[in-house]
Amino acid sequence: MANHRVWGVNMSERRDVIVGIGGAAGDGVASAGNNLALMCARQGIGIFAYNSYQSVIRGGHSWFRIRASNTQPQSVGDRVDLLIALNQDCLDRHLQEVHPGGVVLYNSSKLKLPHAPPKDVQVCALPLEELVPEAGKLTIMQNTVALGAVIQLMGLPLEGIEKLIEQAYGKKGEEVVRSNRAAARAGFDRAKESLVPIDSPLTPGGKPLAWIIGNQALAYGGALAGVKLYVAYPMSPATGVLHWMAKHARRLGICARQVEDEIAVINMAIGASHVGVRAMCATSGGGFALMSEAIGFAAMIETPVVVINVQRAGPSTGVPTKTEQGDLNQAVGASQGDLQRIIVAPTSIEDACHTIPEVFNLAERHQLPVIVLSDLLISEGGTTVPPETLDFEPVIDRGELITEAPADIDPAASYLRYRVTESGVSPRAIPGVPGHLFVAASDEQDEDGVLISDVYTDPVIRKKMVDKRARKMVGVLRDIPAPALEGPTDAQVTLLGWGSTRGVIAEAAKRLTDEGITANHLQIKFLVPFHAAEVSAIIESAQKTISVENSESGQFARHLRAETGLSVDGHIRKYDGEPFEPKHIVEGVKAVLRGDEVVRVLSTEPGWRSEHPPVATGPTGTRTH
Amino acid sequence: MTTAHLDLKPKDYRSEVPPDWCPGCGDFGVLNALQRACADLSIAPHEILVVSGIGCSSNLPGFFRSYGLHSLHGRSLPVATGARLGNHDLHVIAVGGDGDGYGIGMGHLFHSMRRNINLTYIVMDNEIYGLTTGQISPTSLTGMKTKTTPEGNLEPPANPLLVALAAGCHFVARGYSGDQKQLVEIIKQGLQHPGFALIDVFSPCVTFNRVNTYDFFKERVKRLEDMGHDSADHMAAIEQARIWGDVIPIGIFYQSPDPRPAIDDQDPALQGEPLVHRELGLSAEQRRQLIHEMM
Repeated sequence: MANHRVWGVNMSERRDVIVGIGGAAGDGVASAGNNLALMCARQGIGIFAYNSYQSVIRGGHSWFRIRASNTQPQSVGDRVDLLIALNQDCLDRHLQEVHPGGVVLYNSSKLKLPHAPPKDVQVCALPLEELVPEAGKLTIMQNTVALGAVIQLMGLPLEGIEKLIEQAYGKKGEEVVRSNRAAARAGFDRAKESLVPIDSPLTPGGKPLAWIIGNQALAYGGALAGVKLYVAYPMSPATGVLHWMAKHARRLGICARQVEDEIAVINMAIGASHVGVRAMCATSGGGFALMSEAIGFAAMIETPVVVINVQRAGPSTGVPTKTEQGDLNQAVGASQGDLQRIIVAPTSIEDACHTIPEVFNLAERHQLPVIVLSDLLISEGGTTVPPETLDFEPVIDRGELITEAPADIDPAASYLRYRVTESGVSPRAIPGVPGHLFVAASDEQDEDGVLISDVYTDPVIRKKMVDKRARKMVGVLRDIPAPALEGPTDAQVTLLGWGSTRGVIAEAAKRLTDEGITANHLQIKFLVPFHAAEVSAIIESAQKTISVENSESGQFARHLRAETGLSVDGHIRKYDGEPFEPKHIVEGVKAVLRGDEVVRVLSTEPGWRSEHPPVATGPTGTRTH
Repeated sequence: MTTAHLDLKPKDYRSEVPPDWCPGCGDFGVLNALQRACADLSIAPHEILVVSGIGCSSNLPGFFRSYGLHSLHGRSLPVATGARLGNHDLHVIAVGGDGDGYGIGMGHLFHSMRRNINLTYIVMDNEIYGLTTGQISPTSLTGMKTKTTPEGNLEPPANPLLVALAAGCHFVARGYSGDQKQLVEIIKQGLQHPGFALIDVFSPCVTFNRVNTYDFFKERVKRLEDMGHDSADHMAAIEQARIWGDVIPIGIFYQSPDPRPAIDDQDPALQGEPLVHRELGLSAEQRRQLIHEMM
């Protein structure tokens, strides 16, 4: 097969395989994708997966991409090698995207190729009626046939899918298991017999990996941290956390409850936390907006609580199933007054799992709310991880918490809940402990908890209490790591990002460097408080700084400017709902180097268009403003 | 419920902070009744958490000696619910006004009653917004003239008792701040009810409500127990709750003889020791099982 240079990747040097599975909601896209990912994980193949789907239960277009590699991929990549089309729409949209050396797989009993495949792309027709006559009207079996074929092409053993079929259909009886096994084998054999073997770079048989979705990582991280109350109101794309919690609640001794709205959610979490329970909640931007007032309440009564905002494309209802980093302004501006809170954005799915226990300790040590900014890319993306990295006992540090009193304590003893200290942190008693009675209030209060807002207003006390709380942020900054530059310090280009985009930016930086444009990378995880001195030093010594973010207005660049007083030289912004692919950043950097200040990226592959032009567009995935 | 018998007096529930309510405010009567009820039931102050919202009456936790949490406007019930879920050994009492509970907080009230979380909710109902200096409240009478209704209130008052009876609340009562004897008894019954208890209390605002005054109520309120009402009869409770005019019934409208289990008694995760006393984190075996699910 001839070598083709496409998106800067030489096919003969391909190190990974990218599978795209597309169909309508209800066609079993996600389940096929998950099964394929799980089969790879069990063979020790590294996976990064992302499902682009619509907010509909039936119909629409779901597009699940799985990138498989012998090493762990950090993004979904930017090609399609193997296309599994589960409906005609998918075939029409994505056929022309399949890269040279790739294969298109489809049920030829039902679907027709709309045009000839791209050059050097093989067609694997899988006529369900012929391959599995007993399937009859059970079109869903086409998924099993296609999975059988695709694992053959990827070089995975057939036993993997047989085991999965037994686990999935065992309860439905032997007949169902038998027919699905036959379907998988038929697909496997057809791929083997009818195609020129493709040279899969994958080497199965390695140590099995765990396959985890971002929301599971957040929930599991909560369980590890000792969350005992999880309350939520369903909202995409955060609902996965609630599902995980509800499923495991009883077994883990966690109370997981769905309640009437997000205002109730956060106030319940605060109520539970106030009596000494580690409580967590998750929502998306709209629900987070409803929680704003209570975040200030938690800050005022100095009660720790962890709130996750899984960002989706806004404003308002926006695009509920599409990703964006558009809630940074909202998180920074949440609640009235000057309040103490931590804002943190995990930088990968695996990091999400470790971040939750970490921030519970910060929340309790410093007695304040923590806002965790995830997004659809992290929360609904999937990744493989070595299982041992999930099997850890996090440090649990509850700070200065008074959970019991000496037996001989005087029940009339006086206790200053908000005692002024140098650190600003006052020992926190929980209701139920004798000898520590106090009233906490959303009003300003003195050290003993007595309100000063209504009748005892006193400027001296007011300032003293504001200063006490403000001092806590000094301690927080000391407790969080400063971000570090990755890559050569003398690079031509410094890419700056925050949160979920770490993997894709790192990949783009490497690709740029390989192409002769040396690039390094600074990813910000803690947005508030901010290591301004360290970040300023990095920006000031950089040759050309470029921010990369999923936001139209450049919220992150603005935050950087607010914290450091420094502007970046160029901006790469994407807000079409789909996550960055490495090529978008690579092309964006080139555009900035050509003189563009703001590059507004659009996913231009034909599959993303509502109409599908017959010819593929050129290699540039970007356009400038 | 507390078992130890302590010799407690109402003054043991008196904080050092003097109430800042206007002289003659109905809320004094509610505070006194609550102190008496807790003393009679021998509930130690450190085992009580009084949660309030915002409003004149929501200042009550500051004047009541126990643990207190003066939360956000309209949010006393979710905060109290979280506290109760977190530690079901605590006696959680929510208090506030009619604006707090029946206006901004009405959504939470309905769902708290439906959910049947085990706590007692006392609403000091003065049919006016006092702290914001006199605007109509959800229970203001039609025609009432206030700063925001110079031509008279066009909206009919909410009937919280009917809402409670419809929402599945199994303890529905109304007291009057001017009838201490009955109010203490109602609160004691409410505190012992094994589920959500709603206690609406007529608590006159002497500064901003010139309609629903002590005289207004004195002429009209009539104890349900003197009217031969059977508080175990749900339909009779609905009939009584509809009455408003020359006679306004007060007392326990409905107290189920067979109360449905509270959510805290039903949720399997809440059985056994309170959440707050549980060990944090996961055991090696729990981690092994959870990771196995991902493989």
